[in-house]
Amino acid sequence: MMKRNSWNEYQKQIADDRYYYGRSCIRQNFFPGSEKAFIDILRGDLGKDLLDDPLHSSCTGIGYHSDIVPLETIMTVVARQFALMGEAGYENFVTSCITSFGVYTEVLATWAEFPETEERTRENLFKATGREFRKPASLAHTSDVMFHFRERIAAQAARRLVNAATGEPLKVVEHIGCHYAKIFPKSGIGGSEFPYVLAGMVEAWGGECVDYPERRHCCGFGFRNYLVQANRGYSIANSHKKLESMAPYKPDFIVANCPGCAMFLDKWQYAIAEMEGTTYGENGHGIPVLTYEEMAGLVLGYDPWELGMQMHQVDVEPLLDKMGVDYDPAAKYLGRNGKYIGKPASAVVNCSATDTVYDIRE
Amino acid sequence: MKRVIVIGGGVAGMQTALRLADDGCDPLILEKEGELGGKLRDWYVLFPTFTPASEVLAELKGRVIRRGIEVRTSAEVAAFTPHSVTLAGGETLACDAVVVATGFTLFDARIKEEYGYGIYDNVVTSADLERMFAEGRVAKSDGSRPRRIAFLHCVGSRDEKVCQSHCSRVCCITGVKQAMEMKRLFPEADVFNFYMDIRMFGPGYEEMYREAQQRCNIHFVRGRISEASPTIDGRIQIKAEDTLTGRPLKMSVDMLVLLVGMRANDSNARFAAQSGVERSPSGFLAPKSLFLDGVRSTAEGIFYAGTVTAPKSVGECVCEGYAAADAAAEYVKER
Repeated sequence: MMKRNSWNEYQKQIADDRYYYGRSCIRQNFFPGSEKAFIDILRGDLGKDLLDDPLHSSCTGIGYHSDIVPLETIMTVVARQFALMGEAGYENFVTSCITSFGVYTEVLATWAEFPETEERTRENLFKATGREFRKPASLAHTSDVMFHFRERIAAQAARRLVNAATGEPLKVVEHIGCHYAKIFPKSGIGGSEFPYVLAGMVEAWGGECVDYPERRHCCGFGFRNYLVQANRGYSIANSHKKLESMAPYKPDFIVANCPGCAMFLDKWQYAIAEMEGTTYGENGHGIPVLTYEEMAGLVLGYDPWELGMQMHQVDVEPLLDKMGVDYDPAAKYLGRNGKYIGKPASAVVNCSATDTVYDIRE
Repeated sequence: MKRVIVIGGGVAGMQTALRLADDGCDPLILEKEGELGGKLRDWYVLFPTFTPASEVLAELKGRVIRRGIEVRTSAEVAAFTPHSVTLAGGETLACDAVVVATGFTLFDARIKEEYGYGIYDNVVTSADLERMFAEGRVAKSDGSRPRRIAFLHCVGSRDEKVCQSHCSRVCCITGVKQAMEMKRLFPEADVFNFYMDIRMFGPGYEEMYREAQQRCNIHFVRGRISEASPTIDGRIQIKAEDTLTGRPLKMSVDMLVLLVGMRANDSNARFAAQSGVERSPSGFLAPKSLFLDGVRSTAEGIFYAGTVTAPKSVGECVCEGYAAADAAAEYVKER
């Protein structure tokens, strides 16, 4: 069991209801079921009011961190999202993306520290769109909101994060996106060194978090590592370092709260398996990587294919079997309305097709 | 006889009282703990001579007893003016002058969360290690002998992130001393000191530092540790940068010792507000002048001795005891 003693010192205000939802640019491609699951859980299971506003845009965080979008521009874009929220009658902003959460936090901190930048942003927004804005009453990441309701979800749980055969808690690696609390430690539950936002969910739902030497290390996304093609070796090297470090603890799955982390820890396992023939899970499989919405959805009894878990690179079936989830294997590649979405080629990370494996070191 | 109240019964306070008695005053020591001695009670041996701290303390305490100096223990001070001291229980004691020798507070290493103090079993502070030396039980938490030990300097010193910008001065030489003691106890162990600067300001310190390297083969790495994490076999993985070679470094150790700094007492702010004395930006009480009036406060009749004004060694605190007493005695005689 992972030890920690300071998370209670890092608390923040999380609204109880009436959320304005800011979607992520990339999650809908990588994990299309997760954002829908968040909306379904908030509205359906918890009875909360949440506005999924089609008018809002990208926060432009990827461009900002790649030095393409200047600070003045991103502040104006953020101001526009706040303006849309106010026009819709909401004041609690929740964002699905860790990068966006970092951006919103940074912009609000910049305005607080340098009020003249807020004034300039107001002018820019008005000139560009004729809109005015109010700053949100509360800003949270969607994982904060899920953490906030973890006990209610536990009370409504159909399953727990335990091995159905042995009753033992599942061992979980929780990975927090760098922009959640490493920039502003006080903006995250538990701070940056021992964050508790995912661990709180895992523990409330019966699982157990493992601490391992590279727990705090970046997943490898790091915009310049990935967006600049020549740097992608750094990206996979970081994921490789984490996977090597966590493997001896035999985690049952990884859960992440950042779009990039969930994708890279999942997809780079495929690349490492193809390059080196190395897999990090049980019986030659990779370690399944879940979003926190998928984890919550499984706990609440959602069908894994409704949650979009067929989009993962590393197959989730070993985990589903371990949890005793009743699922239809034949329905895995049926999309919405039963339409066949195609089946990927087999890969060594899922314990098959070793003919393509080669060792890059040779 | 003029009554001078000495607040604090550590080495500075005891020496102040002794000198006040020599000067013909009537000193009273108020000590908030149950016995005299202050922080030195928790220390094992002193740099640079490895003199047992208990010897120094026993000698000072013996002198205080032999001189018949009045001491009140478990007497916490709530407020003071130049001519009265009010205890936490409400009792007010009249006096002709006050010498403040309330010392310092050890930095709480848990604030530097990245090192996992209080979470990982084999991460200890320099104060913990002194206690282990004194108890004769230096070992890993499972009782085994450490084979690789790392010391980290400047934990809670020269660190703006934790609002402790000042240098605590004595931690460097404490790290050298403790590393040598560990090497003596565990000759087969590798001992590393991670530092940002090594400040060997006192007599015999530089020689001790050299001896640590040349005779004891203790490794000194210029670079701070960025984080500590647990390994599956119960060790501590540390990451640092060796800034002399410009290379990142990662190693597993059996024990990580955090050399915690000296910070100003929280009570200094209250005392300053009540008594009209000033504080320096570090939070320690500010003397009237750093050059000519180092033991005088900015208020008449209030004097300082020891680490209440800044981090100091034991020897420096004792010397300040003499100076503060003489200044206070001169003041009360002129009144």
